[in-house]
Amino acid sequence: MYKNFLRYLISAFFLLGLGTSANAEFKVGFVYVGPTGDHGWTYQHHEGRNAVEAAGIKTTFVESVPEGADAERVIRQLAQSGHDLIFTTSFGYMDPTNKVAKDFPNVKFEHATGYKREHSNVSTYSARFYEGRTLLGHIAGKMTKTNTIGYIASFPIPEVIRGINAMTLAAQKVNPNIKTKIVWVFTWYDPGKEAEAAQALIDQGADIIMQHTDSTAPVQTAEKAGVWSFGQASDMQRFAPKSILTSIIDDWAPYYVERAIAARDGTWGQQDTWHGLKEGMVAMAPYNSEMGADLVKEVEQLQKDLASGKAHSFTGPIYDQKGNMLVAEGKVADDGMLAGMSVYVKGVEGDIPK
Amino acid sequence: MEVPLIKIEKRNDAPMALYFFTPFIAIILTILGGGIIFYILGFNPIEALKFYFITPISNLYGFSELLLKATPLCLIAIGLSFCFKSNNWNIGAEGQLTFGAIVGGGVALLFYNQDGFYILPLVILAGAIGGMIFALIPAILKTYFNTNEILVSLMLVYVSKLLLDYLVVGPWSNPEGFNFPETRQFSESSRMPLLFEGLRIHAGIFLALAAVMLSWFILYKTYLGFQIKVSGLSLKTAKYAGFKGKTMILVVFMISGACAGLAGVGEITGPIGQLHRMISPDYGFTAIIVAFLGRLNPFGIIFASLVVALTYLGAETAQIFLQIPKYTGQVFQGMILFFLLASDYLLFFKVKILNLKKNELRH
Repeated sequence: MYKNFLRYLISAFFLLGLGTSANAEFKVGFVYVGPTGDHGWTYQHHEGRNAVEAAGIKTTFVESVPEGADAERVIRQLAQSGHDLIFTTSFGYMDPTNKVAKDFPNVKFEHATGYKREHSNVSTYSARFYEGRTLLGHIAGKMTKTNTIGYIASFPIPEVIRGINAMTLAAQKVNPNIKTKIVWVFTWYDPGKEAEAAQALIDQGADIIMQHTDSTAPVQTAEKAGVWSFGQASDMQRFAPKSILTSIIDDWAPYYVERAIAARDGTWGQQDTWHGLKEGMVAMAPYNSEMGADLVKEVEQLQKDLASGKAHSFTGPIYDQKGNMLVAEGKVADDGMLAGMSVYVKGVEGDIPK
Repeated sequence: MEVPLIKIEKRNDAPMALYFFTPFIAIILTILGGGIIFYILGFNPIEALKFYFITPISNLYGFSELLLKATPLCLIAIGLSFCFKSNNWNIGAEGQLTFGAIVGGGVALLFYNQDGFYILPLVILAGAIGGMIFALIPAILKTYFNTNEILVSLMLVYVSKLLLDYLVVGPWSNPEGFNFPETRQFSESSRMPLLFEGLRIHAGIFLALAAVMLSWFILYKTYLGFQIKVSGLSLKTAKYAGFKGKTMILVVFMISGACAGLAGVGEITGPIGQLHRMISPDYGFTAIIVAFLGRLNPFGIIFASLVVALTYLGAETAQIFLQIPKYTGQVFQGMILFFLLASDYLLFFKVKILNLKKNELRH
């Protein structure tokens, strides 16, 4: 009796909550892990949201949502307050997204960089950032004088290792003496730590700095030290105008607009998206003229070939650090292998932290 | 020529009834201040405040989330009240929370995929002991080596966070988790039971309520509580009365650490369900505001933890509905503390503006 009463009470409250806030207008919600002004990861997702808004669809965002216990409440609140499609833009939202999706079968969810799609209303998406890394590797191999490339890495997850390997393979192709030195900072965003890591790499002889972290500190450190660098996630050129050769840009806008329109028009379906240069989810900022016209031409050609499928970032023969063959001559790595990549290729110095 | 001069004098007749009333003044001023900020930002202040303070708890789900958020704040603040009442400045509750979560989480991982009614109590106990041990470090250093507990406890926060980083990246990371910095999801046997289906509020809230009752009993009904209060009012009197200061310092730090450890273990076995790097959005620091807003009184702390928890939820709701920047939540927490300290100051001191002749100033 008491239990039943409680159940009615709960459902009544739930309905009340839904009834007051639900309305007919189609709305898209975004959950960000950082502030919209980080000039990196979240900034680019926010640009994507602006594009959705520009396409005439109403959007909402919540920024700096911790990847802990709070994420689930924020996602649930968005679902409850009449949002029809919700983008959760950080890996740490994977479990909360799936949990909320179960309770809101009519709301569509899109989770960035995750691999769990436990319900039919959850899609995942990510970008083939490694294709951009291949271009950076080609440029780095040609531009370095010390044959040492400094790489600031966040966490030893497949995505980061894939980037290190793609860059190293491309650099080796144009400069067989290349060495990749890595500093693991174990953070996505910590300007202080990233600057220290950049300085340490420069002190070890690196004359090219690249990063798989989100702040502008590494490129600024490189600018001060007078070495080359590459921007991450967004065009960071204005933070280090002399030092930056180019930036890998995450361009989520076309995808967000396409998915929002699909959800509005009822054509949205579950999918796992992994787009790259071809679709434009990975784009390159303008190349620094210091590279010289010939190199720019080469890189632009490589960019075209990667986009058309004529070239692939992981074309055999590829060996691991111990000399075991990973990909045979004439073959390319399949997506399964790329998704689970957890060893360095030959030429990368050090061990993956365990 | 007359020169205005501000003179600050201690009031001898400060009414104690007002002392318990100033938190309400602080909250009202914060709401007014918030309204002004919203107005300046270009929002309708009434509407913004409604989304901030009413909408988040206008349904049962929202209310349960408020309790969920308030639980760790309340637990930590109760522990801190023992320290603060006795003039021991434990600033490192965040570290004790983290270390408690590490120890409790370690036990949970040890019993991974095992069943048994005894597992959850063991995990909780381990969390409390972990927090307690971590709080003993600044306490022992203070009592035997005369170090400053503010510095030591604060620095230990970073130690525990780095240790957690190391564990979730390295030895404790989920073997099937593609090297992502997190442990396995704990088994059901080491998760806090949920109170209602569909809501996240869990049995941890009873730990917080038990802590409230117990702390009231200790503070107001035992010799230890008397010692704590006397030491807080005057260390000299305490010494003169022959209280053994060292033991008391150790005990208050242990209580404080255990409460923070419980809060940590409550989070990881409750809503989070695993260890990763983001187990606490600085609850240990926010709880300091809660403790003072609650006047270091167990029942006051319940009230204060609800108010502060609401500033978190309100910030989210206000951003969802009005796109007000979420950082206003921190502004509200800052304003509460500021207005509380300011009204306390004005309660105990009076500001006199004197008009003196210029030559009188020289004397």
